[in-house]
Amino acid sequence: MATYYSEEHEWLTVEGDTATLGITKHAAEQLGEVVFVEQQEVGEEFEKDGEIGVIESVKAASEIYAPVDGEILEVNETLADNPGALNDDPEGEAWIYKIKITDAAQLEDLMDEAGYKAFIG
Amino acid sequence: MTDTLRRTPLYDLHVELGGKLVDFAGWEMPVQYPLGIMGEHKQCREKAALFDVSHMGQVILQGENVGEKLEALCPQAFATLPEGKARYGFFTNEDGGIMDDLIVSNAGDHFFVVVNAALRDQDIPHMRAHLDGVEVTEIFDRALVAVQGPKAEDVVGALCPAARDLKFMETTVAPIDGVECRISRLGYTGEDGYEISIPEDKAIGITRALLAHEDCEPAGLGARDSLRLEAGLCLYGNDIDQSTSPIEANLAWAIQKRRKEEGGFPGADRIQRELAEGPARKLVGIKPDGRAPARQGVKVQDLDGNTIGQITSGGFGPTVGGPVAMGYVAAGHTEPGEQVNLIIRGKSQPARIVALPFVKQNYKR
Repeated sequence: MATYYSEEHEWLTVEGDTATLGITKHAAEQLGEVVFVEQQEVGEEFEKDGEIGVIESVKAASEIYAPVDGEILEVNETLADNPGALNDDPEGEAWIYKIKITDAAQLEDLMDEAGYKAFIG
Repeated sequence: MTDTLRRTPLYDLHVELGGKLVDFAGWEMPVQYPLGIMGEHKQCREKAALFDVSHMGQVILQGENVGEKLEALCPQAFATLPEGKARYGFFTNEDGGIMDDLIVSNAGDHFFVVVNAALRDQDIPHMRAHLDGVEVTEIFDRALVAVQGPKAEDVVGALCPAARDLKFMETTVAPIDGVECRISRLGYTGEDGYEISIPEDKAIGITRALLAHEDCEPAGLGARDSLRLEAGLCLYGNDIDQSTSPIEANLAWAIQKRRKEEGGFPGADRIQRELAEGPARKLVGIKPDGRAPARQGVKVQDLDGNTIGQITSGGFGPTVGGPVAMGYVAAGHTEPGEQVNLIIRGKSQPARIVALPFVKQNYKR
């Protein structure tokens, strides 16, 4: 199990060819208080850099971009009733999707934790 | 774009208080403090919040019959504005659109006008060009601080007992901590409160004294926007602009009877016609049924899929506990209760036309 980070401030914890995906604490802090999350449905396929959802905060709407190619296996439905969880625990309880990774080679383009920390300065 | 941002006299205090500073109309202003937009919004509805609004233009008009002369630029009855009273108004253009909205106060030996930050450079030359015999002085050496909320009277009254005697839309000059300040009982949140014009060298000291009250916390432009939206108050540039008439914008209440009848202001033809016949479109409250906020630019459709209007301001209303919006819809679709659809990111989301405001205004009349 390894965790990767994208420049769009997502984290991806990979186990085999599946992964859990969410936004980083840094992203949650930048967004401000989250009031709504628009998620896609189970079974939707997506390509790296494609839009796979939207997070609305009190300030603005921000897209979630896919860090790799894949397919949505599971949606964290608790976020519909409790979008504020994305501020409280974005790297834990408030994961957004479980996904199937279709091109594991793309993980090499992502950062590890140390790399991400350096990226956000 | 690389122009240096202007800073208000309270800049150092914003930094010290942890304000998150952003570019707003060329000014470096706090959008929020560590409490956050939601917390600051609730603070204002429940207790009191303090906003730096020094970026707005403060202008002094001196001369003979200033109120009467202002009537040539605005559809308000400023000639009969009593001393010690403030009145909401707007400059109209020849087409009956709104050039800016403003607050005009009769301060006795002069008129005191507050205009939007982004339009200082339009409004001041406009007044200089058209107010013959009136000296138009833009004030650069005073801060403007708003204290808003049900506890505002306690917060300001503790330092300035005279503030307690003011009613909504009244203005006076009184000392705070030995410094003469202009104190007006009005605001932009739907709550009771004050705007206080303070000499810049005393601004941080007086602001600190106001914030020392246990019921008063600083709030930024983020909360200011969600508060005014819930209160159904127009934001210039979003809900009103050069193309929208005051009648379309539901601002007929701000045009006094004599002016409606007599006209004699820019754009009177259109405004009087719309008063008589009704406008082709009207600003209404729009409440999404779901949780997705509908922001500026979102299209409004009727149930048959015809586009009937557009959202001009929208977001999350912390006191309402859900999304709230305002926008223009075509005549015939303005009745509260009418069902509409909002096209948010390509998807149709159900919503309803509702009466404004979303949150009851709480003024001290």
